[in-house]
Amino acid sequence: MSERQSAVPEIDVGYVAGLARLDLTEEETAQFQKQLGDILAFVDTLSSLEVEGVEPTAHPAPILDCFREDETDKSLTREQFLRNAPDTAMDQVRVPKVVDS
Amino acid sequence: MNLASTSIATLRRMLLAGETTPREIVESVGTAISAQNETIGGYLSSDLERALVDAEAADIARPLGGIPIALKDNINVEDHPCSCASRFLEGGYLSPYDATVSARLKEAGAVLYGRTNLDEFAMGSSTENSALQQTRNPHDHDRIPGGSSGGSAAVVASDMAVAALGSDTGGSIRQPASHCGVVGLKPSYGRVSRYGLVAFASSLDQIGPLTKTVEDSALLLQAIAGGDKRDSTCLDVEVPDYTAGLQQGVSGMKLGVPREYFADEGLDPAVRVRIQEALGKLEAEGAELIEISLPSTSFAVATYYILAPAEASSNLSRYDGVRYGNRVDNGEGVIAMYRGSRARGFGPEVKRRIILGTYVLSSGYSGKYYLRAQKARTLIQQEYQQAFQRVDALVGPVSPTPARRIGEFADTPLQDYLADIYTISANLAGICGLSVPCGTVEREGRELPVGLQILGPHLAEGVILRVGRAWEMIRDAE
Repeated sequence: MSERQSAVPEIDVGYVAGLARLDLTEEETAQFQKQLGDILAFVDTLSSLEVEGVEPTAHPAPILDCFREDETDKSLTREQFLRNAPDTAMDQVRVPKVVDS
Repeated sequence: MNLASTSIATLRRMLLAGETTPREIVESVGTAISAQNETIGGYLSSDLERALVDAEAADIARPLGGIPIALKDNINVEDHPCSCASRFLEGGYLSPYDATVSARLKEAGAVLYGRTNLDEFAMGSSTENSALQQTRNPHDHDRIPGGSSGGSAAVVASDMAVAALGSDTGGSIRQPASHCGVVGLKPSYGRVSRYGLVAFASSLDQIGPLTKTVEDSALLLQAIAGGDKRDSTCLDVEVPDYTAGLQQGVSGMKLGVPREYFADEGLDPAVRVRIQEALGKLEAEGAELIEISLPSTSFAVATYYILAPAEASSNLSRYDGVRYGNRVDNGEGVIAMYRGSRARGFGPEVKRRIILGTYVLSSGYSGKYYLRAQKARTLIQQEYQQAFQRVDALVGPVSPTPARRIGEFADTPLQDYLADIYTISANLAGICGLSVPCGTVEREGRELPVGLQILGPHLAEGVILRVGRAWEMIRDAE
């Protein structure tokens, strides 16, 4: 058992939060480090499950491909689309600077 | 008389007989909200003025004509708020379009007027993860209503609503229904369109009704079920008449009793007694009880807490502060804006799940976690398929305990995850499940509801509704 426990990889919460574009406070980082460590140790119980030769399931609907005619349909108007945007200019969404000049 | 304490079926009969009007029903709902919502906190918002206008225009000849239906605040209705109980969408967000279920309810004549509380983005099973408000269990205000559809369950249970819709990703309709003492149905994956339901885990999410009776559950499912060209996972297959076979009883039916559900050490002894009493009475009515083994029960929770956060981390990447929601811009460019908006907009449980999901999908770990969990999912699905070759439905508890106290597991989220053990597999397998009230257990002088869970094969909602109705008839005859 001790071997399997030591095989649970240590999550680097700060690094992974960065991948997810999420700023964390120091307190959050410490708290999540502990909580997610516990959760990962728990889900690691799956590593003892025999899954050799089992096909993965992505979703449970008995449906594979779904086709429709390639026709335009009613969509949101520009006004409807922009109504919820935090910042707009010239009928477009405006965001902070993307590239350094 | 509080008309909101009445079932849809009864209100429909009263409306057609001219004994009440859609306006009176909406006024009753409004009075109940004024009297109770401050205490219970089930609604995040409601618009009774607009509802009265809609009630005046309601066509009572339609299947749900004049019936007000509350919606969980993650289901879009054009021009209504949709906060998902998150700071990210709190404030000004107004839905630009109708979810398919909202459009179908409107088409059926229903009045959409109120938005119910939930765990933020439906992540949780207590509604404590709402960033906006605490919802209390109507049976004991110091206890959780369950979740994530805790607001929907609480407003139906406290007669602030006739009926409501919720969403169920790992038990989020059935568990709050059980804790609050109402009927909750999770339809099979693909039975109801998810278009316009804010996505949490797309391969697990399903919208369903929370109601006072099984018949009402059938009536609401009838209105919202069926194929939708806007959701490619929604099956374009015939929708049966769900009320037609409701009264047929359980005589001759084979009901499976999962051995692992009752061997579980976490199952509260008093809850176990209630469930076993119910099974005995179903047997006395002519059902055959057959013990079934579902060995995968032991790894279902682990499988879920890999797959659901993985999907959530991907789905929630859309909250970047660009097109909608609340933006935090510190002037340091677009990446800093994403990071700051998400840091302020999301609560702790959502952040935990995004980090967990990102981790299990990250390079070097996705095989160990995500792919392995997808394979475990196949085994769970196969186990149910085998079980349903022997029995018509499975019966057991919804939750191992009655509603716990508010704040009990505040620092140990894993404790709450483990309590999802009986509900989570149905989402992984895509099958349907129903929770019906089955007596109460006493805690600290209060009687707390217990739910009986009935699980059925994919698209067999008619079967589980029939068993649920049979149980109601037994219970009500006592």
